[in-house]
Amino acid sequence: MIEVSGLTRYYGAQPAVRDVSFEIGSNEIVGFLGLNGAGKSTTLKVLAGLLLPNAGRVVIDGVDALEAPDSLREQIGFLPEDPPLYTEMRVREFLLWVGQIKGRSAAELDERLGEVMELCQITHVADRVIDTLSHGYRKRVGIAQAIVHNPSLVILDEPISGLDPVQIVEMRTVIRSLKEHCTVLISSHILSEISQTCDRILVLHDGRLVAQGSEDQLATEMAGTTRLVIEVRGDRGALERVLTDSPEVSDYTIDSANGVLTATVQLPEDDREKLVWELVGAGLGLRRLDDAEAELEHIFLGLTADS
Amino acid sequence: MRGMLLIARRDLAAYFNSIWGYLVVAALLFFNGLAFNVFAIGRSPKYSTDVLEDFFYWTFGFVMTAAVLLTMRLIAEERQTGTLVLVDSSPLADWQIVGGKFLSALGFLALMIALTGYMPALIFLEGKVSYGHIVAGYTGLLLSGAAVVAIGTFSSAVSKHQLVAAVIAGVIVGVLILSWLLGRVTEAPLSDVFSYLSLYDRHFQPFQRGRINLEDVIYYLSITFAFLMLSSRWLAARRWR
Repeated sequence: MIEVSGLTRYYGAQPAVRDVSFEIGSNEIVGFLGLNGAGKSTTLKVLAGLLLPNAGRVVIDGVDALEAPDSLREQIGFLPEDPPLYTEMRVREFLLWVGQIKGRSAAELDERLGEVMELCQITHVADRVIDTLSHGYRKRVGIAQAIVHNPSLVILDEPISGLDPVQIVEMRTVIRSLKEHCTVLISSHILSEISQTCDRILVLHDGRLVAQGSEDQLATEMAGTTRLVIEVRGDRGALERVLTDSPEVSDYTIDSANGVLTATVQLPEDDREKLVWELVGAGLGLRRLDDAEAELEHIFLGLTADS
Repeated sequence: MRGMLLIARRDLAAYFNSIWGYLVVAALLFFNGLAFNVFAIGRSPKYSTDVLEDFFYWTFGFVMTAAVLLTMRLIAEERQTGTLVLVDSSPLADWQIVGGKFLSALGFLALMIALTGYMPALIFLEGKVSYGHIVAGYTGLLLSGAAVVAIGTFSSAVSKHQLVAAVIAGVIVGVLILSWLLGRVTEAPLSDVFSYLSLYDRHFQPFQRGRINLEDVIYYLSITFAFLMLSSRWLAARRWR
């Protein structure tokens, strides 16, 4: 369980993170989203024990970051964007060394190393020198070093950056499998990655937490509106007139394919019955009406609109 | 202690795995051998004790230089390559990280100093020197080497680039070596302070002549401890910066 309350961090006189509070339960995958300079990295560094907060509290499984920073770091695994690897070492030797500096004995690691390498799919390169590995494998070794000591929180900063599409799919599998063992916190610029991998999203903007929740919850919270997809047969001009004149519709877009018109419509209130009445009244053949799927990109742009 | 030894073991292995470590050893042994042949032995007849003294004089200079070159990478290189985050995010205390890095560099330097042992051995072939003189000289080299390794560790901790670390360490060592000059041109009590701080003139010469004074041992240990403590405090402060 991670509890962050009133977290504030300055660099000199410049505030990087201001009064950020959130809670993360066990075995959740949570995504950190924000523009450059939003405070993501600073928040991650504070959680990883690399920086201390100027104000506020960070408590991980009952251990306070200010009261017992060394014990806190024992419970955390951290993978920065560029995996920190001693490239002259062999994979197994490197992981054993990392496990030992993170407080585990060689005997404990004997069995653990096998599990971790299997989880990260690097067993077959265990005796290779890290310098000879591809970027994708280095990322996996980076994840392995972050979880080798069996932490309760794993922090991954841009885990898929620089990977090819096949490696991205494999990495996604690895990250999802981590959820069975620990809580995972991911920071990424790639919205689709956050959308596909995370159970919950925290959106930071200008050093403040502006929203948190699942993708759908964020969509509702952000817009406070209803978005519908409507498929009709009929005249495009008639559809445009209905949507333009209708007091229920605040915004819309229309596409057409194979004689079917598809409109994505935004309603300030959920007055879909009235809209259906107007469409039918205009002689349009209604084929489908459904809630539009939330798009993270749309949500994100909405939440950070002032910039 | 275990954490410190883990850091020391890995960093020591890194010296043996890098071309840089071998280059520094080769350069030290080459130039030290050259200086031994040309200046310490020389062409005119000399007492064996004088040859040994001259050998320790020249070796002191090369060991100081080697210590600066070996330590510049300790922390600055890890900061550059991003691997410092591994130890930063571990539960190791800052003094363990600093202590481990210091021990690795000192261990490598000690090995390098041991390799110069063939030169005093050669003096035995042509002359006569006391074992005590050799032991005292090597004790001095090890103690002064430890002090400069600590200075180098501190310089590496405060720098983002290895070259800057080497320059900072070189300046600190240079100032400490030349402080005896300041002791001559200033008045007491400043002159006493400057002359006490002299890394070579006041504190190494007794070792070079075969004497081990407690005052000199304490001086080198104090310098070592002070710079290691400063390094540790500097590393701790980065979590607040």
